[in-house]
Amino acid sequence: MSNHLEKNSRKNKKKKIKLKFMFMHYNRIFFNTLWNDNPICRMVLGICSALAVTNRLSNAVAMGLGVTFAMVVSSVSISLIRNVVPRRVRMIVYMIVISTAVILVDRYLKAFFPDISEAMGAYVGLIITNCIIMGRAESFASLNKPVDSLIDALGAGCGYTFALLVIAFVRELLGFGSLFNIRVLGPDWTSWVIMIMAPGAFLVLGVFIWIVRSLQKSYDQTA
Amino acid sequence: MNLFVIFFATLFTHNIALTYFLGMCPFISISRSIKTAWGMGLAVIFVMTITAAVNWPIYYKILVPLKVEFLYYVLFIITIAALVQFVEMVTERFLPVLQVTLGVFLPLITVNCAILGLSLFMILRKYSYVQSIVYAFGSGVGWTIAIIAISGLRSKLIFADVPQALKGPGITMIIASIMALAFMGFTGMGGIQ
Repeated sequence: MSNHLEKNSRKNKKKKIKLKFMFMHYNRIFFNTLWNDNPICRMVLGICSALAVTNRLSNAVAMGLGVTFAMVVSSVSISLIRNVVPRRVRMIVYMIVISTAVILVDRYLKAFFPDISEAMGAYVGLIITNCIIMGRAESFASLNKPVDSLIDALGAGCGYTFALLVIAFVRELLGFGSLFNIRVLGPDWTSWVIMIMAPGAFLVLGVFIWIVRSLQKSYDQTA
Repeated sequence: MNLFVIFFATLFTHNIALTYFLGMCPFISISRSIKTAWGMGLAVIFVMTITAAVNWPIYYKILVPLKVEFLYYVLFIITIAALVQFVEMVTERFLPVLQVTLGVFLPLITVNCAILGLSLFMILRKYSYVQSIVYAFGSGVGWTIAIIAISGLRSKLIFADVPQALKGPGITMIIASIMALAFMGFTGMGGIQ
């Protein structure tokens, strides 16, 4: 009897260790793409949309969620078909998978959030050519299991959304004096119009990259 | 709309790189020397004009009559990928001189958001066929001007003492910011939407 109990508890312990290991494994994938390899700051990918839609926080949220969704869908699908697709035609297959996911995002926004869809205009479609999605598909999803790819895509999506939110926060606060369209800086605040125009976008992103790279201890010199 | 106004606006007042942030990835990563910037610029002008000329009839003659406009993302991206492949084959076979200049850059163009973005803008603004082609050509030239200017500025940076964490993309974004500020000086000289 005691022998049996012991065996059972050992089994449980083993299971726990396995779970813990699994958790650590996914954790590592998640945070690696979220912070160490942050798509915006480290790899400098997908900055077209990061610059174009960050003049308002609400647009940034929509864009971040849209990209995350498209990335999760396409990463998992690409990972599922990774052994079937011949290497020569993989790029075009990835493109079709990604653009199908983006059509879903576009239809959804048009149906439920017409204002945001109107404000983002062509940039919803440009999620297709957002290099982050293609980059994750090529460098991670095409080589790894579906669950790992899911976690990786979530990490990259969260990292991207985080960067977008920070940039949009600064730009909307200084440019309109508001956050999520609610005025916070009072009537005396003179809006810095330059912040919501192109030069402000470049400047805020440049400074943001600078700060994040200073915080990351081990950076090597790329690009 | 006057064709000349469209052309001028795409070059200066509505430069696609500096006002619409299109084609930013190569704008940052391939702008380290003027020579490669030229190659990329030429490839972009070339492919952009051809894709606009092909995508316009696809949208208005096939998708609109069939009422499946929402498929245009998929179709546009397939045409772009196919065209890039085709252009690569043609230049390899008939224009080996051009192939030497454009060779490396052509495959990169498929994922260049400027090409797809241009086709989307062309539909969004309801341009006619001729206007679309002028718009595409002008945008390509405008993008080339921007990337050559920034690569010229970056080549001077070698002598500057930039903080370690700001090197590379960080300082490039700040230069681009100042360039965009300079291009804003053209605002009011004619524009499109």
